[in-house]
Amino acid sequence: MSAEATTSGEPARSYWHITWRRFRRHRLGMVGLCVVAALFLVSFLSPMLANEQPILCRFDGSFYYPAVIDLIHQIPGSKLIIKKKRPYRLATFDFKREFDPDRGDWALWTPMRYGPREIAAEPLAGPSSRHWLGTDQSGRDVLSRMVHGTVVSMKVGFLSMGIAVILGLVLGCIAGYAGGIADLVISRFIEVVMCFPPFFLILAVLAWFPPSIENVMIVIGLTRWVGIARFARGEILRIRETDYALAARSLGVRPAQLVLRHLLPNALAPVLVSVTFGIAVSILIEAGLSWLGFGVQPPDPSWGTILRSGYENLFTAGHMIPPACVAIFLAVLSFNLVGDTLRDVIDPRLQAERA
Amino acid sequence: MLSYILRRLSTGLITLFGISVISFFIIQLVPGDPAQLQTSQIADAAVSERVYQQLRELYGLDKPIPVQYANWVRKLVQGDLGSSFHDGRRVSAKIGEALWPTLSVALLSFMLTLIISTPVGIYSALRQGGGFDRSVSTGLYMLYSVPNYVAGMLLILYLGVKWDLLPFRGMRSDGFDDMTTLGQMWDLAQHYVLITFCFTFGNLAYYSRFIRQNLLEVVRQDYVRTARAKGLGERSVVLKHAFTNSLIPLISLIGLTFPFVLSGSVILEYMFNWPGLGRLYFESVLQRDYPTIMALNFITALLVLGITFIADLTYGLVDPRISYEK
Repeated sequence: MSAEATTSGEPARSYWHITWRRFRRHRLGMVGLCVVAALFLVSFLSPMLANEQPILCRFDGSFYYPAVIDLIHQIPGSKLIIKKKRPYRLATFDFKREFDPDRGDWALWTPMRYGPREIAAEPLAGPSSRHWLGTDQSGRDVLSRMVHGTVVSMKVGFLSMGIAVILGLVLGCIAGYAGGIADLVISRFIEVVMCFPPFFLILAVLAWFPPSIENVMIVIGLTRWVGIARFARGEILRIRETDYALAARSLGVRPAQLVLRHLLPNALAPVLVSVTFGIAVSILIEAGLSWLGFGVQPPDPSWGTILRSGYENLFTAGHMIPPACVAIFLAVLSFNLVGDTLRDVIDPRLQAERA
Repeated sequence: MLSYILRRLSTGLITLFGISVISFFIIQLVPGDPAQLQTSQIADAAVSERVYQQLRELYGLDKPIPVQYANWVRKLVQGDLGSSFHDGRRVSAKIGEALWPTLSVALLSFMLTLIISTPVGIYSALRQGGGFDRSVSTGLYMLYSVPNYVAGMLLILYLGVKWDLLPFRGMRSDGFDDMTTLGQMWDLAQHYVLITFCFTFGNLAYYSRFIRQNLLEVVRQDYVRTARAKGLGERSVVLKHAFTNSLIPLISLIGLTFPFVLSGSVILEYMFNWPGLGRLYFESVLQRDYPTIMALNFITALLVLGITFIADLTYGLVDPRISYEK
């Protein structure tokens, strides 16, 4: 990588900067990254994309902005600080019914006017101009549920891998650096966990908890750290013997600091690759669990539960299946593309081959 | 060699012990035991409580967990996996019934994968960067990113329901017993098509890429150059000298993917109403059927360990450079 920086006559840049520059050259990787960014945006903006309450409205003489508050409420803890104004806070309040243009009421609606839990039309209706993807068995708008299902997938993907990364890195570093008895115990434990088929383990552990999205996240995180731990252990073992690690040690750097400041950053790039693939797998597992009824519970939306409603009404309402399938496929594909490109970009051997 | 086998067997035993302990405790700590699940329907509280206690005693759940574990191990050593808490049948019989549907699909899909991906992999390696190589690898990559249960849902929707071409529920149609032998075989074959496809298509990309990559590495080796220099035909060089040697890493890949074949089947088997191990596992978890869950965990772990062990040994047989003395 230093060769690249010197031959091009540019000043030496940071590792991540170089990686990003290489990444940008891969068209498919960039497409994947754009889709990932779009999914992120959709999940963050979901309350302002599909909501039964408007973005801004004048109602009975005063202004309200309920969808904006819904957006803010996605931030944990914000519910305590900002609350919806009086009528909107009530679960029984139906803005659409109370809406009265003669009184001077007006509203700026979200692009899709239906909330994910709102019963908006006839059940199991096919696609129409009002409900682009039709309605589900309770008469809820499928498109709105798809949009809000994105939140679940992104959350599960990132948070469960976050748990897995922390667990995996801590245990992997301990095993790799400390060696001895700690390494023996951790390595054996990793081997034991790896012997369970992943889905069996998740199902068995999930039976402990009442089904909910948080529990799904935790369980996926708790079962998927082993790969990262094994990887981190190998990397630390390898890097520990390098000259710069020796140099740092002879300068008197303490072990904890050596691992955190000198070894871990160098092991991070390959870990990032497996995290990217891991997110795709987590999204897949969450949708699968929700499909089986272990994940997100009705009436909350998720791609898996939408797929399940389609499966349960196969002969009458096939229209729910393709959208959910496309969404899951796109999410998995884009994370895989990003992961593959990252792997190509940060593997120096592949770079040498190409040059 | 013998010392290697012994060492592997002893670490394998420790791992098995760990697996059985962990799964035993995971299962036992789950709130809501089977006795509670089975008595929840009884309206009379006193009767419910009495039956509950009797059931707990019957299942041995009233004893402390370590004692239960010891009992389980004692029976296991005698080759007894116990009886199901759900329907009282022998666990071994339940598993035996579910084994063939899962295993037959797995083997079938595996054979198909090898039959298709080997020529594809070889051909792409020989024409590296060519039109075939690029289009096939892109196409297979897209397929690889289609989750198997997503493909299953779409296939069921279009081929099963909309166009009504293939059956997708279970292994047999209604009236299977009245069919002629030939008709029965045809019926079975039809039921296998969709589920086997779902198990197969994702592996195609993985395996053909793997074969291509290994072949590309082997082709650069000196002995391949030697074979060419001897004046051997290209066909013989590729198939006899290069390809056979590129197969070695395939052995460990097979060992690695096997557990996924067994576990990936939970959703698919449930979706296709396939009476296999995955569905049995799922139903046992719902029913809190401890003996069946334990047996399935234990057997799959045993299979995984056994297969990786055999794969490692085969490694040594096909590649004399690998030595076990260390």
